[in-house]
Amino acid sequence: MRDRDFDHPEVVLCKDGPMLLRGATSVQDADGTVHPVQRPVVALCRCEKSSRLPWCDGTHKVIPKA
Amino acid sequence: MRVPKPRGALSQWLGARLTGTGTAGTAPAADSPEDEAIALWTLHELSYRGFEDADDRAEWDPEVLHVRHGLEVALEDRLRQRWADAAPADLPAEVPAALAALVDADDGPSLATYVRREADRDQVLELLRQRSVYHLKESDPSAFVVPRLPVRAKAALMELQYDEYGDGDPNRLHAHLFARGLEAVGLRPEYGAYVDDAITENLEMNNAGSLFGLHRRLRGAAMGHLAAFEMTSSIPSRKMVQGLERLEMGGPMAAYYDEHVEADAIHEQLAAHDICGTLAEDEPDQAADILFGAWTCLDVEARFATAVLRSWGVSPQ
Ligand code: FES
Ligand SMILES: [Fe+2]
Ligand SMILES: [Fe+2]
Repeated sequence: MRDRDFDHPEVVLCKDGPMLLRGATSVQDADGTVHPVQRPVVALCRCEKSSRLPWCDGTHKVIPKA
Repeated sequence: MRVPKPRGALSQWLGARLTGTGTAGTAPAADSPEDEAIALWTLHELSYRGFEDADDRAEWDPEVLHVRHGLEVALEDRLRQRWADAAPADLPAEVPAALAALVDADDGPSLATYVRREADRDQVLELLRQRSVYHLKESDPSAFVVPRLPVRAKAALMELQYDEYGDGDPNRLHAHLFARGLEAVGLRPEYGAYVDDAITENLEMNNAGSLFGLHRRLRGAAMGHLAAFEMTSSIPSRKMVQGLERLEMGGPMAAYYDEHVEADAIHEQLAAHDICGTLAEDEPDQAADILFGAWTCLDVEARFATAVLRSWGVSPQ
């Protein structure tokens, strides 16, 4: 029997969107500030346009796609 | 909460029936869409928290269920007809992409945009009273769907709901954050406090969510509805924060919306891909209803926003 029947990666790159990260307890942003994590999954901004980096705030959706 | 005030013959009959104060006899027809909407809202509420002055057994009373069934059939027919009239012909085949296309095509008016720059304090308070009908039971309609889903969608819905319900911390439960916000702006935080003020469009919006959540047959619609809700939340929530701060109504109410900027940026990914996407793969016959539910979520919000803006003398755009 397989160990795992389903893919359930800890890191998921969303198309034209954030990176989902599962199971983190803290995230350090680009300025070196460490943010505690209380959720099972967080969305990290990849477009750099979020108003609350390091988290995604949905702003990527209003950026014209390349 | 007590049984809501009647708004016509049917809700009058229902209130009497639930509180055991009425004469026997069959239910009369509803007088108006408003009467119908408050009656169905009341009937659904029997499956959530109930009413202190109603008999809890009424939830499964055949005569009461008969009335609920009639109202639900009428509501579902109406919602399906609207979808049939509006459904775009060229949606992508993949459910997550189709959901994104529906959300992109949504041109309903935005209350959050109005709140951000223009609304006055009384308008914001009125909006919060209306919103409290849903936010005080936030996520509860989707919770009914958990046992009705296949493995992947079930696990993903729980991952999302766990966050809605505070990640195990009652202080962070979203409905509780909203109650704290209501209190901080001087409104009543109790569950159901403003149901008597809810406009017909708001009741219909809530009834659609409950209809989808309470029927296993409509699980696809319930999950599509959830996805559209989450996909249209982060950016409007940020505008709500900005509007509340502009009006010096920051604090716990702004914190509620602030939490949704971040949480719903995650939830929308989970809802579109891990819940709706896998549900459509595992149960392909649910794909059409996922889109129906998603579009309905956008449509009932647009109708609600239009009604609210008109009542303020603002032309919806
Ligand atoms: S990836 Fe979502 S705001 Fe940047
Ligand atoms: Fe929430
Ligand atoms: Fe959410």
